[in-house]
Amino acid sequence: MTQRFNGTENYVATDDLKVAVNAAVTLRRPLLVKGEPGTGKTVLAHEIAKAIDAPLIEWGVKSTTKAQQGLYEYDAVARLRDGQLGDERVHDISNYIRKGKLWEAFTSPQLPVLLIDEIDKADIEFPNDLLQELDRMQFDVYETGERIVAKERPIVVITSNNEKELPDAFLRRCFFHYIKFPDDETMREIIDVHFPGIQKRLVTHALEVFYKVREVPGLKKKPSTSELLDWLKLLLVEDMPLDVLQSQDPTSAIPPLHGALLKNEADVMLLERLAFMARRENR
Amino acid sequence: MLLNFLDELRKAGIRASLKEHLTLLEALDSDVIERRPEEFYYLARATYVKDEGLLDRFDQVFDKVFRGVFSELGEKQASIPEEWLRAVTEKFLTDEERAAIEELGDRDEIMETLRKRLEEQDEEHHGGNKWIGTGGTSPFGHSGYNPAGVRIGGESRHRRAIKVWEKREFANLDSSRELGTRNIKVALRRLRRFAREGAAEELDLDATIRGTAKQGWLDIRMRPERHNAVKLLLFLDVGGSMDDHVKVTEELFSAATSEFKNMEFFYFHNCLYESVWKDNSRRWGERVPTWDLLHKFGHDYKIVFVGDAAMSPYEIAWPGGSVEHMNEEAGEVWLQRVVDTYPAVAWLNPKPQRTWEYSQSTQMIRQIMGGRMFPMTLDGLDDAMRELSRKQG
Repeated sequence: MTQRFNGTENYVATDDLKVAVNAAVTLRRPLLVKGEPGTGKTVLAHEIAKAIDAPLIEWGVKSTTKAQQGLYEYDAVARLRDGQLGDERVHDISNYIRKGKLWEAFTSPQLPVLLIDEIDKADIEFPNDLLQELDRMQFDVYETGERIVAKERPIVVITSNNEKELPDAFLRRCFFHYIKFPDDETMREIIDVHFPGIQKRLVTHALEVFYKVREVPGLKKKPSTSELLDWLKLLLVEDMPLDVLQSQDPTSAIPPLHGALLKNEADVMLLERLAFMARRENR
Repeated sequence: MLLNFLDELRKAGIRASLKEHLTLLEALDSDVIERRPEEFYYLARATYVKDEGLLDRFDQVFDKVFRGVFSELGEKQASIPEEWLRAVTEKFLTDEERAAIEELGDRDEIMETLRKRLEEQDEEHHGGNKWIGTGGTSPFGHSGYNPAGVRIGGESRHRRAIKVWEKREFANLDSSRELGTRNIKVALRRLRRFAREGAAEELDLDATIRGTAKQGWLDIRMRPERHNAVKLLLFLDVGGSMDDHVKVTEELFSAATSEFKNMEFFYFHNCLYESVWKDNSRRWGERVPTWDLLHKFGHDYKIVFVGDAAMSPYEIAWPGGSVEHMNEEAGEVWLQRVVDTYPAVAWLNPKPQRTWEYSQSTQMIRQIMGGRMFPMTLDGLDDAMRELSRKQG
């Protein structure tokens, strides 16, 4: 039995997240994590691995990723070439079978954490194609007639950005957790973890500005936790005097170093326009 | 108790199954959680709910089931049971409060008054699932009343235990979209047209053999993989009479977004005119000229209109007939342009097919579409997709 996950020194886990992680770890069912970009979905897998001291196997999914690639790939072209060149290796087909991430996870000597990152990027059939493999934790290699069975069910963490809906049959097999945007209290904890000993007043002012920016209607990409952390780091590096942040309403003046918070020129313009209008009204 | 919970979840539209239920039991059995109500709530949530849009509904059901009292989730309750009223007064009123009620008269009378008061409130706030707080003058409690629960009186021990889901933090995520989009997706799949596009990453065996024979050395030929290359342009009627069909339209929309890679959508109101929009909250600010669409999207796009086609005939046939603005050209001119530009066009109508002939505007639009109007049922969708994927001349 692995120990319980309680967050780590670099990661603040809320109670509901802990329960979901512990359930997934204990029962060895995949944990599906959703949430706004930048709320720490991918980092979660890293931290789980760190917390239970397990190796992390990362499988980043792209739009061209096929489920089969997670199991294994048979490099027929290399074999064909070797065959032409008269290479000895050609007689053993297993020389041309490349292990995928799932295979790696199944045969890992130590219980691993397998991260399937951004599963929604792939084709809609992708999750369905992995159903059996994730459920039974075994698959066949047709080229060699081998059956790969997981020695121990790996801990699987799956993240999704909600670009596509996932099939019901797939969802039924997972635990689900939605990382909601951290509230003020959790955010302070998170900041504390990342910047120990940071000035309380700086955090208060920065958070004020941050939440106000988030509330501006019509932003294309709302800044999230990771942007806030970047911004704070910049503020610290630049040694920004406190009074610049103080009494700063983002609708009346653009926050300093806004480049870390807003990643979209349309958003910056929107904020500038709001600031301009606010100044005109105040006059 | 737990099975009852599962039933209630399913009634509320959360598609939990026995599989999840068994998982929950297994988790409880293996002591994943500490024995605290919050932990149980979190575990149940992680097990049963797989869509953040349903989290709020889950919170409501959880509240309802684990307080063991009736609520009016979706339907209005017929009457308030007598035992329940009694339980309310007995369990949750302090001695002072009970004494205060006692002053009102005898017990039956109190019950009657309480019942009436509750029913009144229920009617006033009919349809909502929100807590109803009376907050003050009633002799029945001081911090209010809610129909889903029993919180009369300020500090009950339940209150502390249930606070997590009571907060209903996920309320704004509930899109009230049903999950039943699977069969729509299957119907939409008819529209798949596979084509080879993009990066060459598949061995083309035939071409390789041919090439090798020709060249005399091994000549590997690759080709792109087959993908669904159908391009879809969706025009959705919003507002007015379409409000009745929001749900089915949302289902279609949600299914279509997950099924098609090349899909664009635009909104219009009643009839297509010189501009459309992409965001309903900014429909007056950010409009896209219809001409631009006709120029931008190639002829291989398939056009699907979704609308009930119920309007005054003037809105189709006359310049200036639009109910919202001054349109220089009649709606039918614009519809005709679309039909002329794109060979594959279909109009999906959420109204039942038998009602179509009674509406003049529906007939007109159907005529412009060349008869290609289909009811928004699975069969109709099937027919529409067949029509769209027909080889065009």
